[in-house]
Amino acid sequence: MINQYQKPARYALSKIELKMEVNERIKEMFEHRNPDKHILKFEPGLNEDVVRNISKNKNEPEWMLNFRLKAFEVYKQKPVPQWGADLSRLDTEKITYFAIPDAKHNSKSWDDVPEDIKNTFKRLGIPEAEQKYLAGVGGQYDSINIYHKLKQELEKKGIIFEDMDVALQKYPELVKEYFMTKCIPITLHKYVALHGAVWSGGTFIYVPENVKLEQPLQAYFRMNTESFGQFEHTLIIVEKNAEVSYIEGCSSPKYNSSSLHAGCVELYVKEGARLRYSSAENWSNNTYNLNTKRAIVEKNGTIEWITANLGSKVSMVYPCSILKGENARADHLSIGYAGKNQEQDIGAKVYHLAPNTTSIVKSKSISKDGGIARYRGLLHVNKNAVNSKSKVQCDALMLDNISKSDTIPVIEIKQDKSSIAHEATVGKISDEQIFYLMSRGLTEEQATQMIVNGFIEPIVKELPIEYALELNRLIELEIEGSLG
Amino acid sequence: MSLIIKDLHVNVEGVEIVKGVDLEVKDDEIVALMGPNGSGKSSLANVILGNPKYTVVKGEILYKEKNILELKPHERAKLGLFLSFQYPQEISGVTVFNFLRTAYNSLNGKKISVLDFKRLLEEKMNLLKMDKNFMNRYLNEGFSGGEKKRAEILQLAVLNPSLAILDETDSGIDIDSLKIVANGINNLKDKKSMLLITHYNRILQYIKPNRVYIMINGRIVDEGGYKLADEIEENGYKKYL
Ligand SMILES: Nc1ncnc2c1ncn2[C@@H]1O[C@H](COP(=O)(O)OP(=O)(O)OP(=O)(O)O)[C@@H](O)[C@H]1O
Ligand SMILES: [Mg+2]
Repeated sequence: MINQYQKPARYALSKIELKMEVNERIKEMFEHRNPDKHILKFEPGLNEDVVRNISKNKNEPEWMLNFRLKAFEVYKQKPVPQWGADLSRLDTEKITYFAIPDAKHNSKSWDDVPEDIKNTFKRLGIPEAEQKYLAGVGGQYDSINIYHKLKQELEKKGIIFEDMDVALQKYPELVKEYFMTKCIPITLHKYVALHGAVWSGGTFIYVPENVKLEQPLQAYFRMNTESFGQFEHTLIIVEKNAEVSYIEGCSSPKYNSSSLHAGCVELYVKEGARLRYSSAENWSNNTYNLNTKRAIVEKNGTIEWITANLGSKVSMVYPCSILKGENARADHLSIGYAGKNQEQDIGAKVYHLAPNTTSIVKSKSISKDGGIARYRGLLHVNKNAVNSKSKVQCDALMLDNISKSDTIPVIEIKQDKSSIAHEATVGKISDEQIFYLMSRGLTEEQATQMIVNGFIEPIVKELPIEYALELNRLIELEIEGSLG
Repeated sequence: MSLIIKDLHVNVEGVEIVKGVDLEVKDDEIVALMGPNGSGKSSLANVILGNPKYTVVKGEILYKEKNILELKPHERAKLGLFLSFQYPQEISGVTVFNFLRTAYNSLNGKKISVLDFKRLLEEKMNLLKMDKNFMNRYLNEGFSGGEKKRAEILQLAVLNPSLAILDETDSGIDIDSLKIVANGINNLKDKKSMLLITHYNRILQYIKPNRVYIMINGRIVDEGGYKLADEIEENGYKKYL
């Protein structure tokens, strides 16, 4: 397990300070908007020129432009998915697809980042976390990475940690081989094709054979602009017997008009390698979050997904593990929260393609004030995958009578020498539990928060303490209704 | 300061289960409440703490000269009421430590430091001969029947109410545990009133009640001294039926 960084004493004395920081961070996440200062901002709407201009602006090699154009063709042909969440009110013509802030790209020092942007990242806690326990940090602001840095001693080990745009220039062969080829092809669905056409920024990580990173790498994607579309691309290659842990944070201030996030996460876990991918997506609740995430895991490799989806108007996110080699393993842990006017359609997909592969899926969802939380899962075991094991457990907790929760698991099993367990619980928060806690002096709100925090604890405890506190606090604020 | 219940009628799901109860627990008094299964004892206890499942259709409950029927459960707790539940709830993912510290802070209106609270909790756990590991376990989850009862008394000891209702805290625990629990209760007893709901006079040998009430079919049918409990132990309730 890659978890050295996450075991500070739970009752560390600095917890109160941490809590105050967390409060500030959350305020920044949803409330603070920096003034619009761009050196380039496209007009809303999407056409071939937009695609061409993005590529031209980045000085991309010809093959990438052609790739984008091909993706754009696929995008135009593919229908809007008719299943899952309601996308009928997403108007892609009102979205701005590319905006470059007035800032240096990929600064190596926070001092080189413009004051207002730096302050945003400071209040989000990024530079501090970097000092305390991260091996490297990337910070994206609208379309561009404004900060990117890996600890020097790690560079020497051959680890690459770059802005995706930079990686395309510096490591074209690697990018050409892995970028939207085997893992997430542009034909997968409409928004993957869109991503292929207009992607910008993101993270590229390459960990050479046998190299094990103890501290995690982190990227933070911040959308500041109204009616914006963010399309960052994350590509991680973990070579044979290497290990890395990567954390992604996302947020945007609240606006009245819709924003779109259609990122792509492609993870390659080679033989005997381990990758822990954690993400906390806290998009403001005017955002359509149509993020596509996939991992290909080779023999004896392990992928761990720890994902939290709290914000967004609509989420359709189903991290997918393709267990390609013998003994490959996938752990999916996820938390979803759907409040008023929110629809979280989230889940996990696992393809068992080789013998002795294992997958564990634990999903927890909470819904309140009419929110819709849906678990949508796919478990596929093909005929080669003898002696495979899978355990899926999804629990849904509804905090009132008007909220909705649903479980839609699809299970396809092509042979009978594997063991599959699927359990789902759906329940309303128990009045007797609330009464029990209230009889000890807790208010109804405190009692609800305590039960909800307990409900998600099995997943939260896997997160670094900063994120755990942030998540607990976010949910507390949701329950208080003070996030609006 | 005492608890006074007057002509209390209570419905649950439209059915009357408490049918005109008068009962009093004076300051520093220990009162036992006995009665056959289903007579309404737990219901009465739940109503005193304000469980919203029960509807009071008539009558009054006064505590510290205040009509408490309009108060929420946590407000009643703040007034000094406590119920050791017959069937305590399991709260997954919430440690005994975190839960009790939150409750303690809430009742006292101020924050106790983690270290001070740990000391307090350890002291009370010692008193009840509880393994320290319990503070890091999830509240009542996977606790045996007897462990749950002991954890309720731990909560009582930490939260220090002025009136404690113990609903069959003596049921389902072995004789040694009963002694420890009773001893623990006796150590707290000063300046506390108590309403002991029980089926056996076993616990009453350790915690001597000042008075005993008999409840049958939603009504108090008899009231007497300590000897009444012995009589019930011997003859059961047939003389009231
Ligand atoms: N939700 C409910 N719906 C219907 N009847 C209920 C409900 N709750 C309690 N009752 C009934 O009210 C009556 C009193 O129950 P209560 O639990 O108060 O009894 P008790 O005296 O505590 O019994 P015991 O000694 O077995 O603990 C019982 O007949 C019980 O079935
Ligand atoms: Mg009872």
